Amino acid sequence: MKDFMMLFHSEPNPDFNPTPEQIEEEIKAWQDWMEGIGTQGKLKNPGEALGFEGKTMHANGTITDGPYAELKEIVGGFIIVSADSIEEAIKLGNGCPALSSGGKVEVRDIMVFDGM
Amino acid sequence: MDDKRLSIIFKSEYSNLIAVLSNYYGLKDLQLAEDIVSETFLKAMKAWSHKGIPEFPKAWLRKVAQNLLFEHFRRKKTFEEKITPELGARTQQIGEIEITDKIIEDSQLHMMFVLCDNKLNKESQICIALRILCGFSIEEIAKAFLSNKETINKKLYRAKKAIKERNRVETNLTINQYVTRLDNVLRVIYLIFNEGYYSSVNEYNIRQEICWEAMRLSIFLSEHKIFLKQKIHALIALMCFHTSRLDARISGEKGDLLYHEQDKSKWNSELIQKGEKYLKLSAAGDIISKYHLEAAIAYWHTRDNNGKWNNILQLYNKLLTIEYSPIIAMNRIYALARANSIVEAIQEAHKLELKNNHHYFCLLAELYRMNNNIEKEIEYLNVAIGFANKKNEKELIKHRLEKASRLKTS
Repeated sequence: MKDFMMLFHSEPNPDFNPTPEQIEEEIKAWQDWMEGIGTQGKLKNPGEALGFEGKTMHANGTITDGPYAELKEIVGGFIIVSADSIEEAIKLGNGCPALSSGGKVEVRDIMVFDGM
Repeated sequence: MDDKRLSIIFKSEYSNLIAVLSNYYGLKDLQLAEDIVSETFLKAMKAWSHKGIPEFPKAWLRKVAQNLLFEHFRRKKTFEEKITPELGARTQQIGEIEITDKIIEDSQLHMMFVLCDNKLNKESQICIALRILCGFSIEEIAKAFLSNKETINKKLYRAKKAIKERNRVETNLTINQYVTRLDNVLRVIYLIFNEGYYSSVNEYNIRQEICWEAMRLSIFLSEHKIFLKQKIHALIALMCFHTSRLDARISGEKGDLLYHEQDKSKWNSELIQKGEKYLKLSAAGDIISKYHLEAAIAYWHTRDNNGKWNNILQLYNKLLTIEYSPIIAMNRIYALARANSIVEAIQEAHKLELKNNHHYFCLLAELYRMNNNIEKEIEYLNVAIGFANKKNEKELIKHRLEKASRLKTS
């Protein structure tokens, strides 16, 4: 078993003004999806949701507004799952609500260093 | 937590939070209050998606809204200059204040009396009340008005601007101001209710919710000691009687059914009883408002005895002396036909001469139908269909035309 981090990317939409029903649906969709991973015993860490505020520090000392440099997308949160392979981790990512709202899921392996 | 409850929490907290931000924290800009609440909701959506729904979701929302507000003040650096004088003694403890139900209730009441402004036009008034007092989304309001989001947003923007300009200094209303503005608030609740009850929209859920919200607001008002209760009770009675028939009313396939077309077994007897209770309460004292008369008329419609139509006719006569409107005049003529004579009613109807009102020609057609004059009935239905603007109104008249034509040929 290895650990993989899933990073959720979405395009920021300042005009997004969900109705109470849409909020409820969104929360439910995420909870259902995470529960699905959890019941398989593969949710290593439920991660964090990231806010909308952010700045980026650059090597030359400048600081720019926004958590995203050039890409028009923002990392909205992450979780850590356990899986035998990256293929299995990808399978767990299926049905992630970030995908159904036009976002992306980035799956990365977390490096393990034996004996450390 | 069952999933139905979550959206209800968001809906009720929308109006609660805006009321508290505006009243308790002295935030006079409605738009800013709305923005803070929207941001609070977005935060909730993200956080709850990942971390699960907190044990006390309302408290969570209130805390986050409060923090966002303070953050806003800090950013603006206006905290000291603007907020301190407003809050006076309360400022000392502002960071620790728990937003209690009592504070929310006071703020809601205050918000009602600031928002119900008799200088706003009817549609803007209903829009802003549905949005801020009842927490309806822009989409829902657009559906209720058979309109689109842009139009509703414009109406809301204008209403907010007008309220902001007029009510610049209204953070504290005196008891006297509350009492003198009660009629205004009742008028708005009445408009909200009618929007739900008479709406030509097929969205049953929204219509029902609008009716219930109007009832909730008036029951909320009736619980405050400072007001004379009679008019409020009369309005509640009126709404109970009407709402008792909402299921039966909307069960028609081609638009709303009128009293005599409805399946009486679908009438909600519990609401009728509640209506009777409030009607009795409203009779304490010597005030007779239009709500009293309309409630009494609605009461008689739930009855099935001999004197019914005569009573309804008398009530309409009184109502016309308090407030004239073509609809009331037409309803009175129908009651006249039922109570006295159809011929007399037809004569009176011709005197009304409401030239381009399709309801008027529908009434004439109905009176001739009652008088077994199918040709005249068809004639007036054909006139009516020319003046009907909405698709479902046209269809309803067409339906009646088909029925009449079938009778004629058989």
